[in-house]
Amino acid sequence: MNGWMGKIRTVLLLGILSIVLAACGKENLTALDPKGYGADTSMDMIILTTLIMVVVFIVVIIIYSIVLIRFRRKKGQEDYIPKQVEGNHTLEMVWTAIPILLVLIMGIPAVMTVFNLADESEASDSLNIEVTGNQYWWHFNYAGEEVVTSQDLYIPTGEKVYLNMQSSDVIHSFWVPSISGKMDVNPENVNTMYIEAYEEGVYWGKCAELCGPSHSLMDFKVIAVSPEEFEQWIGDMQNVDPAAIPQDAVAQEGKDLFEANNCMGCHAIGSSPSAVGPNLTNFGDRTKIAGYLEPTEENIVDWIMDPDSIKPGNKMAGMYPDLTKDEASSIAAYLMQLKPSEITPESAGGIK
Amino acid sequence: MSIAATQNRGFGATLWDYLTTVDHKKIGNMYIAAGAFFFLIGGLEALIIRIQLIKPENDFITAGLYNEMITMHGTTMIFFAATPILIGFMNAIMPLQIGARDVAFPFLNALGFWLFLFGGILLNLSWIFGGAPDAGWTSYAPLSLQSPGHGVDFYVMGLQLSGAGTLMGGINFIVTIVTMRAPGMTYMRMPLFSWTTFVTSILILFAFPALTVGLFLLMFDRMFGSAFFDVALGGNAIIWQHLFWIFGHPEVYILILPAFGIFSEIIPAFSKKRLFGYTSMVFATFLIAFLGFMVWAHHMFTVGLGPVANAIFAVATMAIAVPTGIKIFNWLATMWGGSITINSAMLWALAFIPSFTIGGMTGVMLGAASADYQYHDTYFVVAHFHYVIVGGVVFGIFAATHYWYPKLFGRILNEGMGKLAFWLFFIGFHLTFFIQHFLGLMGMPRRYWVFLEGQGLDTGNLISTLGAFLMGLGTIVVLINVIYTAVKGEKAPADPWDARTLEWSIPSPPPEYNFKKLPLVRGLDPLWIEKTEGKGKMTAAEPAVDIHMPNGSIFPFIMTIGFFIASLGFIFQVDNHLWLLAVYFGMALALGTMLARSLKDDHGHHIHKEELEREAD
Amino acid sequence: MSQDHSLNPETMPHDPAKATTEGKHKFFGLWFFLGGETVLFACFFGTFIALRNSTAGGPTSQELFGLELVFLMTILLLTSSLTSVYAIYHMKNNDFKKMQLWFGITALLGIGFLACELYEFAHYITEYGFTFRSSAFGSSFYTLVGFHGGHVVFGLSWLIALMVRNAKRGLNLYNAPKYNTFSLYWHFIDVVWVFIFTVVYLMGMVS
Repeated sequence: MNGWMGKIRTVLLLGILSIVLAACGKENLTALDPKGYGADTSMDMIILTTLIMVVVFIVVIIIYSIVLIRFRRKKGQEDYIPKQVEGNHTLEMVWTAIPILLVLIMGIPAVMTVFNLADESEASDSLNIEVTGNQYWWHFNYAGEEVVTSQDLYIPTGEKVYLNMQSSDVIHSFWVPSISGKMDVNPENVNTMYIEAYEEGVYWGKCAELCGPSHSLMDFKVIAVSPEEFEQWIGDMQNVDPAAIPQDAVAQEGKDLFEANNCMGCHAIGSSPSAVGPNLTNFGDRTKIAGYLEPTEENIVDWIMDPDSIKPGNKMAGMYPDLTKDEASSIAAYLMQLKPSEITPESAGGIK
Repeated sequence: MSIAATQNRGFGATLWDYLTTVDHKKIGNMYIAAGAFFFLIGGLEALIIRIQLIKPENDFITAGLYNEMITMHGTTMIFFAATPILIGFMNAIMPLQIGARDVAFPFLNALGFWLFLFGGILLNLSWIFGGAPDAGWTSYAPLSLQSPGHGVDFYVMGLQLSGAGTLMGGINFIVTIVTMRAPGMTYMRMPLFSWTTFVTSILILFAFPALTVGLFLLMFDRMFGSAFFDVALGGNAIIWQHLFWIFGHPEVYILILPAFGIFSEIIPAFSKKRLFGYTSMVFATFLIAFLGFMVWAHHMFTVGLGPVANAIFAVATMAIAVPTGIKIFNWLATMWGGSITINSAMLWALAFIPSFTIGGMTGVMLGAASADYQYHDTYFVVAHFHYVIVGGVVFGIFAATHYWYPKLFGRILNEGMGKLAFWLFFIGFHLTFFIQHFLGLMGMPRRYWVFLEGQGLDTGNLISTLGAFLMGLGTIVVLINVIYTAVKGEKAPADPWDARTLEWSIPSPPPEYNFKKLPLVRGLDPLWIEKTEGKGKMTAAEPAVDIHMPNGSIFPFIMTIGFFIASLGFIFQVDNHLWLLAVYFGMALALGTMLARSLKDDHGHHIHKEELEREAD
Repeated sequence: MSQDHSLNPETMPHDPAKATTEGKHKFFGLWFFLGGETVLFACFFGTFIALRNSTAGGPTSQELFGLELVFLMTILLLTSSLTSVYAIYHMKNNDFKKMQLWFGITALLGIGFLACELYEFAHYITEYGFTFRSSAFGSSFYTLVGFHGGHVVFGLSWLIALMVRNAKRGLNLYNAPKYNTFSLYWHFIDVVWVFIFTVVYLMGMVS
């Protein structure tokens, strides 16, 4: 009957376990290893509040343990009736005042950081990107640059990038844990947030608001490159010729099929504003296809043959004539050679 | 009507008795039984969710079914398990604690129960009528508008029915406490559980109408083509979030305050000490309730309300830590210097303190808005609210079950099984949810059908699933314990725990009129006062008199059937206008019954004092 | 709670509505219920205020609303509240006939109000094509005002049922609380209308 011993053991065990796990977490995904301004700011608040709370918890547990050790009914004391205490003013004041103080200690930095993270004063001098959330993919329009891309968001390191976000259907939430906290992407208004990556890398992004069956597959990436490389990438993207004929014969056939099946009805190549389906300008450089699969030809063929089996509820299924496997692999070959720039996720360090 | 007569009736008569009963104890028991049934369904759904997440990219269930599971798990647990079980205890126990023979509105009480039950049945019928709701228990528009099939329609109508029932229950409890306290039972002598019942009822009264409005808007948008949340016609989906959380946040306190009340009864009883700082406990309850209405937007920190709103709601949220802290320390101080007996009921109460403290602390952490940008909608939040709702509310329900079972059913639950169930559930609970704090921060959003391979989330999810199965085992042991006890459990005396409050001064289970003579209350913990300073039992405040009791009625049941049929009509008239007939018929039945109830005089009946004296022998 | 009082006005207490426990319960219960109703209407008002400019190209409140009719409706409903006060006054004096008379006038005024409201809605729909479905503004307008109208319908049915049921047997301790709670409810509906008049119509005309 050592109930309290068991409990302490459980708590200890869980504590150790949690420390081990906290050290893990995938790099460039976990919020516990911040690599951007927003994530850093949030992490400071997380650490501050956690420390204060752990101290409070330790105090509670110490009192709790003493109570359980000292005041359990002992043999031979069955008729003992303890003194009936009504309360104690001093004590009650103490445990009212101290929490108020702690709340102030946490509240002031919380308010300051909230205002800091909502600061839009530098927006007009910075890079602005229009972000559109769609079921279940992300669309990025570099305002004023005539560059459009999907799923992989390229940003320069070391500067604030303003994201003006709106949804085309239901509510989504834009979250790149290692770089910044999240912001909802609503259908009725534009929400603005800024992100800043400290170092080059490919960072995992996730949708964080339930948006339908494939909510968990709506992954995207943020590719942070040096400002010079970013300029180069913008230039390369602007110079894309959508009509360019691929050199490879299979890819050429793929291009014909792409056009014959009216894929451009939804998918633009180049800076066309069309955003019914993801923009494919730099499809060959994508880190993943369908947000989460390895970018192999086999996977692209599977996707084209039956999108719904890969992303349930997506809007591509049934929008085009049935294709044979050969046709699909020709299209895949065409898409995979769409590599307009030297600046790729690989050059930014590759996916971790 | 003597007790012996009730035992010898057949099944039909018993069924009729329960269908027509207006006895608060029977209604309370039905609330608890129905709530327990939904708790099992919700638990099963939880296990299915955890099996799906046992390994990365699992395909145990499809994405669509997974979303239905999470939606039904949340909705069932909040609205049809936790809330009704607590209301059941309030119903059964609160009148006994304040020395009342009944509640103020016995008829409404029955109506409230049936509405809740049929609301729950309606919601679960969605499984067989083309799919359950799948937009999450929060049912955010426009996803809830887009959801195919009738799932969300069942959600709307089911919650509307049960919400109306809960509202009636709330009003009933408030009036009961205001008008029906026994002689000498002043407000500041009321047991804490009655206090929290009172404050919870006030919360119900002011919070549920917001849900009602939200559900109406969603219903009109889905069924009748209005444009509240339709952006193309100028609608605004954020309104749903506001309405939902104006209700939803107080709802959290509707759940946790009664649990606080339960622990405030159990801890003094098994420490053999008066509750420390009674006045500040009452004050803290009110403060929590008040602040509970001021913080709804902390569920919406990432919506883009702007820094001013976020800052205000952040500070208000953190402020709730103050009254909650007062409560935790008062419980510790109650035990300090006491003589603590540890049995099953007390074990749950003892486990509650550290578990709930963790949940409360992560709550403060979530309140820091700039940190919440990371926590929001991740498994950190899932961990947090399960620490609060399981570690607080469910532990409270289990504690109350062990503590009041003898009073409600006249038998004592088996101690061995009680302790076994506790340890299984307690360990399982921490295994399941503690790790989820880290999963969230490691980049796992909530409501994810699959998590991907190689993202460092595998071990945590596996541990979590194993824990969930331990919790399931614990629940099964509780169930076996209840069945075992019903068959061959130890008979309970009136006061098995040597407790302090009025409900222990009358037989277990209590007679339908509760108190033969209304007791005279001389202070806080009236029975304890009589045991230590008086003659060991309550002094009567009145001579033997005829007791006036309300008549049973089948009307609440019929009225509910009417609303139930109308709800089905509303749901299906979208497909076929003939279903409008069901709407008309159902509403006519319900309103006609209401009219009949209003026109028919019902003066109740009296139990004569001669009869009471005969029963005493 | 004895029924002996029922047909014997001489033995009736001064305030029959609150003389019994049941009467007290009803009185408190209705007050708390109205507390909940306040939140209900507050939420409808909040929704309306958020959406009242979201006309989606359809008619705006300035184009739609005319004060004459709404003013008449306000007068009708306010007066009906006053007449129900007279009725309760006569109830306290045990004058059943006068009470029924004044409640009758209350009901007639309420019906008049409803008729105006129906005419108003029909006018918007036929003249302007302004419906529940035309815009978010339309949805929120008809929902707010319609819920109030629904409350008026319910109140009227309640009152008429009470008056018919008790026409032959007069006032007693069993039915007095019912009349009393009705009158409280009716005042509440009236107060809600004052807010609708201000927020929906006056503010709608101005902005």
